Amino acid sequence: MYLKGILIIIGFLALGNAASLMLGNFIPGSVCGMVLLFAALAAKIIKADEVRPVADFLTKNMSLFFVPASIGIMEQWGLISSSLIGWVGVILISTLLVLISVGGTQSCLMKAQDKFLNRRTEKCAGHKNLL
Amino acid sequence: MMQTYDIPDGLIYNVPVMLALTIGSYLLGIYLKNKSGLSLLHPFLICIPTIVAILYFTGVPCSFYMEANGIIEFMLGPSVVALGLLLYDHMETIRKNALPILISVFTGSVVGVGSVYLLCRIFALDEIFVKSLEPKSVTTPIAMDLSASLGGNVSLTAVSVVLCGFIGAVAGPVFLRMFRIGNPVSRGLALGCSAHGLGTSRAIETGAVEGAVSGLAIALMGLMTAIVIPIFNLLFPLQQ
Repeated sequence: MYLKGILIIIGFLALGNAASLMLGNFIPGSVCGMVLLFAALAAKIIKADEVRPVADFLTKNMSLFFVPASIGIMEQWGLISSSLIGWVGVILISTLLVLISVGGTQSCLMKAQDKFLNRRTEKCAGHKNLL
Repeated sequence: MMQTYDIPDGLIYNVPVMLALTIGSYLLGIYLKNKSGLSLLHPFLICIPTIVAILYFTGVPCSFYMEANGIIEFMLGPSVVALGLLLYDHMETIRKNALPILISVFTGSVVGVGSVYLLCRIFALDEIFVKSLEPKSVTTPIAMDLSASLGGNVSLTAVSVVLCGFIGAVAGPVFLRMFRIGNPVSRGLALGCSAHGLGTSRAIETGAVEGAVSGLAIALMGLMTAIVIPIFNLLFPLQQ
């Protein structure tokens, strides 16, 4: 049960890495693998239930997998501490700007889209009533 | 290196001990977060200082710790692949909002690259920071490749990406509430675009739709930023 899920996920990571290589490393292999797994699920080549237990375990514990890389901050301390406030300031402000700009744009566009679709369905409903 | 306790080397320079240190501190972080009931207390806030302190006081080199934990870091790749299932589960939501999502992600990557360029000048930072920070909102593997092609410091990029993800994951939900951005698609997209995998892990905690959209955002933001950075640097050249 688990082994099959692990095999599928590792297999798609390998496929993704190969695809990434062919695309000239423009997009990382894991992202390619994600898109390929999605495509295989959508095309019903793979059943969702086969990967679900393993995929759930991996996505629920994603933060843990970032821990080792974060400890690398100890090795970069020399460069960072020379302009610590600026470094943190730039990242803090920039990250929040991205967060708000993406969230805000998406909210506005979705509201606009809903309004547009509602008006269209109302119109269609109106025509039907006339007929 | 400081050596305050006399522990035999064989006990410290030991891969299982390093793995137990990572998982143990992480679980401690989760335990304290649940116990305190503070949603702002991300497990990272406890986990990272604990590990840094233990490495410092036992004198274990950071490089050994990272090498021993290779297997945990390797799981990042499979966990990104596993997001494919989340995408599949929420295909309908994503398809309905395809155009707005593309426009929002494009806006986000331009704001991300542009704000780093401007802010680095406001804070009078060295040019190496501009080169290393421009790809900071993108997942680690893409960011490191982009930084290398710009001539940035790849390790600085890696650490910045984590800090960025950390800020987004911790402060993101609070700011989204402050700006009254409430619908799951917008929230997930904002978290994924600004804070990549860490944002996604936070988004998954808030809800399944958020998690799926956020996973999609990692992929799209990576692609979009890879396209935006070369164009942006043509318009606003970097100093050599």
